[in-house]
Amino acid sequence: MDQTLIEVEGVTKSFVVRRRAGRLRRTREVVNAVAGLDFTVRRGEMVGYIGPNGAGKSTTVKMLTGILLPSTGRLRVAGADPVRDRVRLAQRMGVVFGQRTTLWWDLPLRDSYELARRIYRIPAGTYARNLDRCVELLELGPLLDVPVRQLSLGQRMRGDIAAALLHEPEVLYLDEPTIGLDVVSKRRVREFLAQTNAERGTTVLLTTHDLTDIEQLCSRVMVIDHGRVVYDGGLDGLHRQGRSERTLVVDLERELPPIELHGTRLVRREGTRQWLAFPASASAAPLVAELAGRYELRDLSVREPEIEDVIARMYGEAERTAATVARIG
Amino acid sequence: MYAAVCLRSFRRYSTYRAATWARVFTNTVFGFILTYTYIALWHVRPHLGGYDLSAAITYVWIGQGLLSLLAVGDLGALADLQTRIANGDVAVDLFRPVDQQRWWLAVDAGRAGYQLLTNALVPMLVGGLAFHLRLPQGSAVDVVAGWAATALALALALVVSYALRYLVALTGFWLLDLRGIQLVYYLTSCFFGGFFLPVTVFPPALEAVARALPFIAVFQVPADVFLQHDDAAGALGALGVQLAWAVVLLGLGRLVQSRAVRKVVVQGG
Repeated sequence: MDQTLIEVEGVTKSFVVRRRAGRLRRTREVVNAVAGLDFTVRRGEMVGYIGPNGAGKSTTVKMLTGILLPSTGRLRVAGADPVRDRVRLAQRMGVVFGQRTTLWWDLPLRDSYELARRIYRIPAGTYARNLDRCVELLELGPLLDVPVRQLSLGQRMRGDIAAALLHEPEVLYLDEPTIGLDVVSKRRVREFLAQTNAERGTTVLLTTHDLTDIEQLCSRVMVIDHGRVVYDGGLDGLHRQGRSERTLVVDLERELPPIELHGTRLVRREGTRQWLAFPASASAAPLVAELAGRYELRDLSVREPEIEDVIARMYGEAERTAATVARIG
Repeated sequence: MYAAVCLRSFRRYSTYRAATWARVFTNTVFGFILTYTYIALWHVRPHLGGYDLSAAITYVWIGQGLLSLLAVGDLGALADLQTRIANGDVAVDLFRPVDQQRWWLAVDAGRAGYQLLTNALVPMLVGGLAFHLRLPQGSAVDVVAGWAATALALALALVVSYALRYLVALTGFWLLDLRGIQLVYYLTSCFFGGFFLPVTVFPPALEAVARALPFIAVFQVPADVFLQHDDAAGALGALGVQLAWAVVLLGLGRLVQSRAVRKVVVQGG
């Protein structure tokens, strides 16, 4: 069987936005939500899809699910054109939008599942098995007979995730599945997703702002900014590309002028404590040895780079590049 | 599946007991106000519009009964669709392998079923206790035919009303605030549907306009069928008009829907 599930080639999407300019005059403005995307996703992959607000993440998901037509480019999911085969593909995909719900607000959770069973024509045995599994792993048992409007956000979210998986989709699109959830709910959702991916081979495309989701779930991450993929690869590669830095936190015996140490740069100084940054790819050992030889140290620690910082730096770079391109163009 | 949707919708509406009884109460009170107005009017102008007094009073109570059922003045279950369009939740509905127009028709039918049992029956029973209402009459065959034709006219009226409201709700894809268009829809459908007064009371030119518009299929037609206002041929013709409007408007809804889906500008999504 072909291992490629999602193929995206040179896909763009632009919207025309009309703005009021003056009393009657309206101006038309073309917004490029997605400006040339290329990537493929293999079956069973769990891919993190991240980017700042307005980067084009949701637009991509909408095109992959066939509710938005790309302006140009080619897009295939399981070999089919999502727009043309929308209804058929819908049977094979699950969608969870963290800030939207498909559950019936006024009715018990169970009713929404019963409807999903009919919408997707799920055989009785499959339905019972999948519901049992979701109920057990997402701890939905006590919630099944509670009207959805009475559920907390975390409970509703778990309910929505279960609803998206009852028909055993091959691919699951998750948009901010942990947004607004407390730590316990987040962990439960993540564990469930990891398990679903491992047991069922469900392909997962996850957009999020919570990088812990990515760190714990995804072996591959795509960073999108200004409608383009600016990074595609493993998490460690992200550190390299983002030129991430580790930090030496040096506690001196007494206050001293800024330490000058080859291969590092001072980023902060506060009393007897100084922070020295050095490339994450370099070894800390010689730096530590040299420091210990030159100064009287009370303590010393190495801080690993925060993925947030790496990504923030990446967004910043993309912004500068875009600005440069705009000036040149 | 659509039957299951319909059933769930019926249950959903039954969870709002207080709202239901508030509506029943309002409809009943307005029934009395309108009845006395009609009595005064028909006293001055007997047989106005071709209705005698008891037919006119029955007309009022049919109106109060059908107001909620046919969602003459509001969007009915489509208020939910409108909300989902406005806040962007409609995007997740589109991910599912269902036809939106049929889905919402099922939802609306569930709503109508619930309102038939509450908002339609209760005011009519109260009206029937307070005044003499005219039910389908004549030979046994006429009575059965009258009730059957009424049921059919009511079902078609619901479909036409639904198709109109679906169009109104879909305009939400272009206009993000529907209050204006909803008010226009409310007044037009009440006026030209014969809800305030039967359209036969209008001056001929205005009546001709009303007869050329679909609103008449929503209210005046089922009321006239119930009152046996026209002979059998006339009633069949009226049902035909309803059917034609249902087909045309549902088709139009489908067209607008495909345009709307193509241009989904999802708010905040």
